[in-house]
Amino acid sequence: MGAVPFYRDPKLRGLLLQAVLCAAIGLLAYGAVHNAAENLARANIASGFGFLNVTAGFDISQNLIDYSPQASTYGRAFLVGLLNTLLVAGIGIVFATILGFTIGIARLSKNFLAERLATGYVELIRNVPLLLQLLFWYNAVLKALPEMAASIVLPGGFILNNRGLFTPRPLFADGGQIVAVLGGAVVAAVLFNVATARVERLQRAIVVRIAAIVVIIVGIPVAAFLAGGAPFAFEYPEIGRFNVRGGSEVLPEFVALLLGLSIYTAAFIAEVVRAGLKSVSPGQTEAAQALGLRRMQTLRLIVIPQAMRVIIPPLTNQYLNLTKNSSLAVAIGYPDLVQIAGTVLNISGQAVEVVVITMAVYLSFSLITSLVMNIYNARYALVER
Amino acid sequence: MDAQTLTVSAEPTSARAYVRATPVPAMAPPATTVGALGWVRTNLFPSVGSGILTVLLLVLLGWIAMWLIEFLIIDAVWTGSDREACLPTAERPDIGACWAYIGDRFAYIVYGSYPIAGRWRVDVFFAMLAFGTAWLLWLEAPRRDIGSIYFFLFLPVASFVLLHGFESIGLPVVDTALWGGVTVTIVVAAVGIVVSLPIGVVLALGRRSRLPAIRLLSTLFIEFVRGVPLITVLFMASVMLPLFVPDSWSPDKLLRALIGVALFSAAYMAEVVRAGLQSIPKGQYEAAHALGLSYWQSLRLIILPQALKVTIPNIVNSYIALFKDTTLVFFVGIFDFLKTIEVARVDPKWATPVTSATGYIFAALVYFVCCYAMSRYATGIEKRLATGEKR
Repeated sequence: MGAVPFYRDPKLRGLLLQAVLCAAIGLLAYGAVHNAAENLARANIASGFGFLNVTAGFDISQNLIDYSPQASTYGRAFLVGLLNTLLVAGIGIVFATILGFTIGIARLSKNFLAERLATGYVELIRNVPLLLQLLFWYNAVLKALPEMAASIVLPGGFILNNRGLFTPRPLFADGGQIVAVLGGAVVAAVLFNVATARVERLQRAIVVRIAAIVVIIVGIPVAAFLAGGAPFAFEYPEIGRFNVRGGSEVLPEFVALLLGLSIYTAAFIAEVVRAGLKSVSPGQTEAAQALGLRRMQTLRLIVIPQAMRVIIPPLTNQYLNLTKNSSLAVAIGYPDLVQIAGTVLNISGQAVEVVVITMAVYLSFSLITSLVMNIYNARYALVER
Repeated sequence: MDAQTLTVSAEPTSARAYVRATPVPAMAPPATTVGALGWVRTNLFPSVGSGILTVLLLVLLGWIAMWLIEFLIIDAVWTGSDREACLPTAERPDIGACWAYIGDRFAYIVYGSYPIAGRWRVDVFFAMLAFGTAWLLWLEAPRRDIGSIYFFLFLPVASFVLLHGFESIGLPVVDTALWGGVTVTIVVAAVGIVVSLPIGVVLALGRRSRLPAIRLLSTLFIEFVRGVPLITVLFMASVMLPLFVPDSWSPDKLLRALIGVALFSAAYMAEVVRAGLQSIPKGQYEAAHALGLSYWQSLRLIILPQALKVTIPNIVNSYIALFKDTTLVFFVGIFDFLKTIEVARVDPKWATPVTSATGYIFAALVYFVCCYAMSRYATGIEKRLATGEKR
């Protein structure tokens, strides 16, 4: 038997294969960069991120931080877009979670009608593209709302018409805002400390924590009210001939996006919740009943803690999906990151940089999420021998 | 004491009040759990709270159903040639869905701006695609191996020749800018389906490879694509791709979108296939190795047939996601089904208050029927596969 020919040596073959692949990719990348440089030079576009300091010159319909077309830069515009994305994603996550858990639990209900309706909801929403749903909410529902003069007045001083949702705005006396927030924070901290200190003794961690959160939510406004000597009232929106005076305005684009994202993601969260609850073996429930725990106790002390271990990783994944899906805002003109990136791209022509920035932002969202998930899994994964 | 009680109770007398002489009256029979009434009781009114919920849900359901039937059927307008038919009038204040508008724009919704003389080509394409799909999906069909060759090799080439045209055999070239409607949606979905699976399998194998460079590159690609929204991938394909290739190439707009969609779904497909590969016990790899099969032989004969079989339901689910995601080509200026609905919706000839809702409901119905059919198919396969594991 002669020596094995060199091309039969698995080690060498592996090395060779990798070398060829790397070379091919390197060549491709080189070609791409070369072509890009050439094409950009021909189109007279300077590459680099210097354009971020150039004045933007376009208006943005919703900004959480100060922004003006004349004074603010492209970089600032990106920041405004990022904050808008985070705003809609944050609120959307809260709504989607509430709706999703309700429907997920309803899918396991013994009540036939509740179970069928929840299943119907999940099937309908999951099988229709999100983009179509967003367009539906925006164009067929919100844009079809009555005109300004025939606005729908909701209880609590809310006004709804085809220009958006108008809500009452709390009014503060001079400095009242700061006093309110500080006072609220102090009261909240004190209450939270008191509440959690009692946890050990009471052995009812969940109940007390929920109570603490409720106290905080109620505490801040109450503390603010007391601290400022009751300085504020609500400024209610009023319907004028062409416009609504006073109050806060919520853009119809925002409402449509929020509705669409929450309703869509809730269907997926419902499935996650259902799978999680079903993953707890029936023996656990039976054992709990044998111990004499009531139905709610069984759910709270036995089933939910075990189900959460299964639910949380895919749930976070859904949160991430919601954030990524918020990029569909472009379709209805909500000024999120992608929409602003598109505007910047059209005005400045810096295609490569703009796409890179946008992708980097979403990529870092997903990296941070998976990092947090890894830590979570390391801490809470079921430890077996 | 004991002895006394015993002797007393043994006597057949009713003189002592605390001894019961007559039987306890029979309890009422338990509520029936069989029959229609029993079903209603156990499933709709098991307790007071649940009963209240049932009533509330019934009211809600009835309200939705009434509204839907009224809007979609009773008040709907079925015939008409322009907006006049669907405008509310004094004798018809409530106008439901304007189906006349869908009927009027139907050809545009299906073919886009494809030349009328050449629309038979699209029809032939649809027929060929339906034939291939049926061949592959029907698990008892004869010669499914030829079916997959037909679907994955013959069909793409034939479709391209048919739709795009080929001068030398007498089919005039139709520019992709004219393609539109359902045709484009199906083309994008079909290309995604045909291309993403092989690339996905290669990426999944790459991610599980022993060779570090290959593993790193595959992992980087998969995680990168899965970390960003499809819309940014499409933007990248449509604005950055032309920069990266020589100026003379200037890839077609539709082709750019297709590349974006295919790469995006390939990354998701890779993760689905990887899960399937991981479900194959190590013994299978080792046994194949022990038999002297090479890496590719063991993949082709042992590993992939098993791995892909258990993955079919997930692959179909991933195709559903892909089918829904085709709507996003909308953003890079491609006239897919949804975009034609959008365009037809703002057509002044049909400008009525119900046009938007009608268009969207029609589109939603079409997407729902397609996706739901796919998901039922996946469930069916899953059940069928599970029978082998049942004891």
